[in-house]
Amino acid sequence: MTASLDPTLDAPPQSALLTPRTALIGCFLAVLALLPAYPLLTGDAFTLTLFTRIVILAIGAVSLNLIMGYGGMVSFGHAAYLGIGGYAIGILAKEGIESGFVQWPVAIGASALYALVVGALSLRTRGVYFIMITLAFAQMIYYVAIGLDRYGGDDGLTIYKRSQFGGVINLNNNTLFYYLCVALLVGSIYLVGRIVNSRFGLVIRGSRSNDRRMRAIGFPTFRYRLVCFIIAGALCGLAGALLANHTNFISPAMMHWTRSGDLIVMVVLGGLGSLFGPLIGSVTFLLLEEGLSRITEYPNLILGPILLLVAVYVHGGIQGLLEGRRRA
Amino acid sequence: MCTAASKVCWKADAVPDPILQIEGVSKRFGGVIAADAITLAIPRGEVHAVIGPNGAGKTTLVGLIAGEIAPFAGTVRFDGNDITRLPVYRRNRLGLARSFQITSLFSELTALDNVALAVQAHRGHSFRFWRDARSEDELRKPALAALARAGLGERADVLVAKLSHGEHRQLEIAMALATNPRLLLLDEPMAGTGPDESVRMVELLRQLKGSMTILLIEHDMEAVFALADRLTVLVYGRIIASGEPAAVRADAEVRKAYLGEKDGGGGRHG
Repeated sequence: MTASLDPTLDAPPQSALLTPRTALIGCFLAVLALLPAYPLLTGDAFTLTLFTRIVILAIGAVSLNLIMGYGGMVSFGHAAYLGIGGYAIGILAKEGIESGFVQWPVAIGASALYALVVGALSLRTRGVYFIMITLAFAQMIYYVAIGLDRYGGDDGLTIYKRSQFGGVINLNNNTLFYYLCVALLVGSIYLVGRIVNSRFGLVIRGSRSNDRRMRAIGFPTFRYRLVCFIIAGALCGLAGALLANHTNFISPAMMHWTRSGDLIVMVVLGGLGSLFGPLIGSVTFLLLEEGLSRITEYPNLILGPILLLVAVYVHGGIQGLLEGRRRA
Repeated sequence: MCTAASKVCWKADAVPDPILQIEGVSKRFGGVIAADAITLAIPRGEVHAVIGPNGAGKTTLVGLIAGEIAPFAGTVRFDGNDITRLPVYRRNRLGLARSFQITSLFSELTALDNVALAVQAHRGHSFRFWRDARSEDELRKPALAALARAGLGERADVLVAKLSHGEHRQLEIAMALATNPRLLLLDEPMAGTGPDESVRMVELLRQLKGSMTILLIEHDMEAVFALADRLTVLVYGRIIASGEPAAVRADAEVRKAYLGEKDGGGGRHG
């Protein structure tokens, strides 16, 4: 990865291949790749379950980073896509459609459609109004899910069979499922990396920086931002489909507004608008949360101040910290 | 449509085949009349300066022409087409580019990226998701050419946030140039520049003269008289005089309203 991928200021020269940043990214990827060996050696299955969850939520964070970090669209309702993706799997499974070839495209398509509707309305606004509208829509979907009595309502719904992919891949194998999630995470990071440096991506980044000027030089920015919003929604819908398969369970809690907040925290913690930031942020946040909840009943009491310190003192999250960036 | 109040008024039909033709354009912000039945025609290739004290409605006029502000009366014609209701980006595609009074750039990107974006806006749609836009000669070459034309060829790879104020002003021009405009709207290109930078800017604009029509809004009278073929004086959203620089300079009402001011249009009308 070169520094030009990073839209923030003070990017270091691109020459050095081995910087603290690339070293850390390398470590994260190595740990993710070798992780299934750990339960194999120790018999501790929980670690793999935890990391599968982390990797899935990291895909959601990558998706949010595309619109928030690169596009300046702070969506406070991103968990809705996790829910829509998850419910697509759960509802179809309940109705007897178990093929992943049907379930997954429906999960992605439904999320994209939802993003189209929300984006078409919310992207006409900016700042706080945008945040509130995305939150309002997500809350609406949340209550719709509670109202779905046939699919468990408030209690949620157990999925008895993971998506069936014929002979292609067996999701019941947890190690295989984990690697599928990792592959999709790496793929989504690569996809976002291509997008943000393409013509389309530069339009999105230009619009974040100065939307008025973008229109003055001849870009109908609304439609580009909308398409970006839909791509991010579809990607997070995929994460929702993975999450439902992972837990074999769906419930409105998947899309509680605090989950949307968690996703924002992961992105900001890792480094807004940096390609691997969401991965670093998700791993750090979810491991901290897990670790702290083992030693105290109130993990947020410790997590909160840590996040505050990062937000106030470090420009560009953990990635920024590695580059020695401090807020001026 | 000329109001009786305007002493000197350019009849739209007095200019044969103008590139820009504004007729009876009015705009009101609350109780403030920012544009009062403005009628103005600008022939091709002319450098036309608009001067006036602060709050005279100069920037509003640019906004009305560029499409950021919708008039409540009147029409704006560009190259014979009625563009009164066209959105900003469509007007830009017709060949109408503007620079901003307050520097308005993409500060997280390099100078070259800024100009390349302006080029990209005119190279079809941007729903291209895969190829690295920074490797496309189709975008980079014209952008580099525009940068060089604006005197920033050496500074292409510098982040905008690290350029000087004078360079920001040059970059504003480069971005407008990159789209090969037929009409360039310059909203106070010398704003905030030092004496050396002003000289360089005047030189740059002089080189552009003839290759496109320029509507120049400027406080710097030296620059205006050095560059403009014709002048329009705007006071309280109304044209009080329009014509050759020498004639306008001699106009008694203009002297009273504007040119006599020693502080260059400070607070008297603001």
